[in-house]
Order: sequence, then C-alpha cells, then structure tokens
Amino acid sequence: MSLTLEEVRHVASLARLSLSAEEETLMRTQLSAILDAVAELSQVDTSAVEPTSHAAGEVAPWRPDEVRPSFPPEKALGNAPAEVGTSFAVPRIIE
Amino acid sequence: MGPTDLSMLELGRKLGSGELSSVEAVRACLARVDRLDGRVKAFLRVDREGALAQAEAADRRRTKGKRAGPLDGVPVGLKDLFLTEGLPTTAGSRSLESFVAPYDGTAVKLLRAAGTPILGKLNMDEFAMGSSTENSAFFPTRNPWNLETSPGGSSGGSAAAVAARMVFGALGTDTGGSIRQPAALTGTVGLKPTYGRVSRFGVVAFASSLDQVGPMTRDVPDCAALLQTIAVYDPADSTSAPVKAPDYLAEIEGGVKGMKLGLPREYLELPGMDPEVRAAVEAATRALEKMGAQLVPVSLPHTKYALATYYLIAPAEASSNLARYDGVRYGLRVEGKNLLAMYGRTRDQGFGLEVKRRIMLGTYALSAGYYDAYYLKAQKVRTLIKQDFVDAFRTVDAVISPTSPTAAFRIGEKVSDPLAMYLNDVFTLPCNLAGLPGLSLPCGLTRGNLPIGLQILGKPWDEARVLRIARAFEREHDFHRRSPPLGAA
Repeated sequence: MSLTLEEVRHVASLARLSLSAEEETLMRTQLSAILDAVAELSQVDTSAVEPTSHAAGEVAPWRPDEVRPSFPPEKALGNAPAEVGTSFAVPRIIE
Repeated sequence: MGPTDLSMLELGRKLGSGELSSVEAVRACLARVDRLDGRVKAFLRVDREGALAQAEAADRRRTKGKRAGPLDGVPVGLKDLFLTEGLPTTAGSRSLESFVAPYDGTAVKLLRAAGTPILGKLNMDEFAMGSSTENSAFFPTRNPWNLETSPGGSSGGSAAAVAARMVFGALGTDTGGSIRQPAALTGTVGLKPTYGRVSRFGVVAFASSLDQVGPMTRDVPDCAALLQTIAVYDPADSTSAPVKAPDYLAEIEGGVKGMKLGLPREYLELPGMDPEVRAAVEAATRALEKMGAQLVPVSLPHTKYALATYYLIAPAEASSNLARYDGVRYGLRVEGKNLLAMYGRTRDQGFGLEVKRRIMLGTYALSAGYYDAYYLKAQKVRTLIKQDFVDAFRTVDAVISPTSPTAAFRIGEKVSDPLAMYLNDVFTLPCNLAGLPGLSLPCGLTRGNLPIGLQILGKPWDEARVLRIARAFEREHDFHRRSPPLGAA
C-alpha cells in the first residue's frame, strides 16, 4: 500500500513530530514499504483468536497500599528545562 | 594473562582470597579502555572516579571479612538506558544528552548491593531501536573482532566492551534480540530472561510488553551469577513476577543427558541464512546429541509472521512510550511559538531517523481506522506465535536455533535499508513475543574469524535449564575463551 503525503503529515501531527519536507518524502517511501511487508498478517486466520497484549501470563501481584515518602520536588525538577517554583514551566496556552 | 582475561567468578575468587584487589581490577579495565576504546567506541561515559571509589569500598569490605557476595569488587558496565543516580543516562539519544537520572534503577541498585563497581555507560542504538549501534545519536560502536564490522545491537556497546575485555560483564536489554544478537556477533554470552524475571524499574522504556533486562558475559557461569544478582521480585515494576529464582550456579553443571532439544524446521528454511552459520549450528546440535541429548524436530508454523507482528507491536508501544519526550519535564527542549510548536520541534531535533520511523509506524498502526487491521491483528497473531511454543514445549525441554542469520556485517551495509536491518532479528523476535527466556552463546567462527552464535530458548521461568544446556556445550568447546585480535594482551 502507498501512503499519501497528506497521510504522512496527519500521522506526524498525531505523533507531534515536525518533519522536514525531505523527511516526509523519505517516511512516505519507507513506511509504505514496511506496511507492504507487514500486510502478510492478513493471510492469517485470526477469527477465533484472542489478542495477547502482554507476555506475562500471571495476574499482576498485589502489594500493600503503604504510605511512603514521595519523590522530593527538588529532585523531580532537577532536569527541568524551565521551572517556576515547584512547577515545570511551559509556553502559555491560555491568553 | 592479565587480570582482565579472568571471568567474573574467577576474579571474584581472587578478590576473596586477597590475591588481587578490586582497585587493581578496575585499573586494569581502565587501562584497556584507554588503549582500545578510541577504536572500539563502546563507552559513552567512563566513570573513573566512581568506579575506583566503589572498588576501594569493595576492598575495605574484603579486609573486614564482609564481602557482599561472589561478585563483590568485579567491575561491570551498563547499557546507557539504565538510570544511574548522578551519572548521565542518554539512551543513545540527543533528547536525553544532558539527562542525569535522579535515582538508580532497581537492577543498578541490586548490582551496587552486590558490590560491583560500575565502570561506565555503554553505547546503544537510540532508545534500543536497532541491530547495529549505528542508530546511536553519538557514534557507532565497532566490533572488536573486526573494526570494519558492527557488534550488533541494540546492546552493541555492552557486547563490544565485554568481548574486548574492557569490563568483566555488563547489563543489556532485549526487546527483539538486543542482548542475544550482539552477543552472537561478538562471541559473548547473552541471556534474555523470562518476561517478568528482572525488574524494568529505572530502565528507559522502548516496548513495554517485550522489554527485558539481562546479563552479558564471557561465559555461562558468569551469566548465571549475574542473573542471580538481578533476578529479584520488585514491587515497583507491576510486570515483575514474584517467582523465586533458583540457585542458578548450582544447576548449570548437570549436563544434557536425556534432555529433548527441539529443532524448528521453519528456522532453517528462513531466507538470508549464511551457510557458515547453518553449518556451525548443525555441528553444535550434533555435539549436544553426542553428549546425550535427544534431537527432536518441532514445528513453529507462525514463526514466519513474527517479524511483521513485532514491527507492528513494538513501534506501537514505542510511539506511546516516547510520547513523554516532549520537552516539558526533562530532556531536550526546543522553544517554539506555542506549546504545540515546542513539542514538534523538540521531538524533531531530539529523535534520530529510525526512532521517528518507528514512532510514525506505531502511531499509524494505532490510529483511528487502522487499529483493528494492524495493531489488534498483530496482537492476535502474537497469540498464535506464543501457542506454537506452548505446543512445542509439550514434547521438548528447549528449542535450539541460530541466534542471527549471519555473522557480523559491515558498518554502513544495512543502515539505509530498514527492512534488511530488521531481518537480523528474525530468530530472536519470537522469544520476546512469547515472553520466553533465550540465550546466545558462541558456537563457532567463520572463515573470516567472526563469531557465530547458538540460541537456546526455554520454557517460561526455565532459565536454569537454558543455562545448563549452554554450559554443557561450553564445557566441551573453547569458543568462549577465544578473544578478538584487538583484545590480545
């Protein structure tokens, strides 16, 4: 199957990627080839098969709901690109 | 023979007896790093002061009669996606180039508790996406056996550092073969444990239903000892299973007499298999038969769909996991005129091409209108792949195959063709999709003197038997003792 440039741009916007024009063209060719290759899955009859979302067969274990100290804000902010007080600073989204 | 030629356990014994000190061992590793790593380029970061301080502490414990265990004082390296407090953790990406983790991941904590000095952080394909380390944002790592070739990936820096004797052992991660394939290409031993055996807390996530942490070493007993150190239930990782690990070292010497080893016929029919790899693996299976194992043909009919299944599931999970690299809380931020522009520019400049390709593919497979046809379909085929193994393991104790269809390939040979690169993982992917333990160990050399890997897949939680089969082979061969020409002392 062949993706259109419009489809590539739509997926890039969903993925929050600002691709260059060159990257868009490359992605169009390469993703189309990969989608062609994975299309072979349509040959497999899965009408009576349940999906596997995880390799872990066991039920997730329970643990006691204990009160513990949380991660200290100064450590959590240690890698912040920008901060205000104990918050991460981002560009204004409400005028 | 210098101290760096010792195995982890041999060094550990000499440290215990006082014949060598941990500081001497760390210095010997650092000397090799200084001499070799300019060419191999396995390390992203060497922590000289930290490793020496940890070695001094190990030596003090020894003199006080308080050794922490058999690996106390034995220097190791970490793939650069294990969070290490106070040291950079880049995951091979520009987006995390200046990220310094505020805490140690669980596997790292367990290593520290076992007393192993951490020599540094090792190169990898960006976010573990790749099979050659060429997708590292910083530089490719070279295979110590032939510097023109790749050590494989994504844990290629870990494999190269172990093979070149710059560290005694290392930790890697394996999502589709990222421990086993580089182990095969560098003549080392690498184990991907059962999904849930080792905590992934504090490990940069790629595809969460497939990722697993594992040991990379020079021989099987070291692999068992390093696995023992990290195979601990961790409530901080909801996929970590409360399954008690046996005493692996006590179980590996039992031999293969009476074991049934499955040979999947589909694996030998897969395209692109190098005849030298096929011959070495056939010779290895005959050797195991001579030791008393019974070879049983098995069928894994859905194997041929593993590649397509994996390249939908892993990118879908990656596109979701990597949504966090948006420039808000940590990592690279590239300012834009508004929040959306900041996200887009940050991610465009932070990620390399392969990462973008997989995010795009995964986002597409999860998007409205395509979810059922791609992602859900792949999850259903995954069930069939898993069921193939359940059926096979009714009659056999383990499954034997090549690890990788070829020996090491030249750097640059496959990097521009993603589908050709993905074929490297054709033998290793099914194990991740099914959540099984899988190990690669050296079983031969090509005429061009490049290592060939043998893969052993076991039942869930049956690492002990996988290690025992590997040990049986290793005891009667010397491939694991060969060192790369670069590494000769």
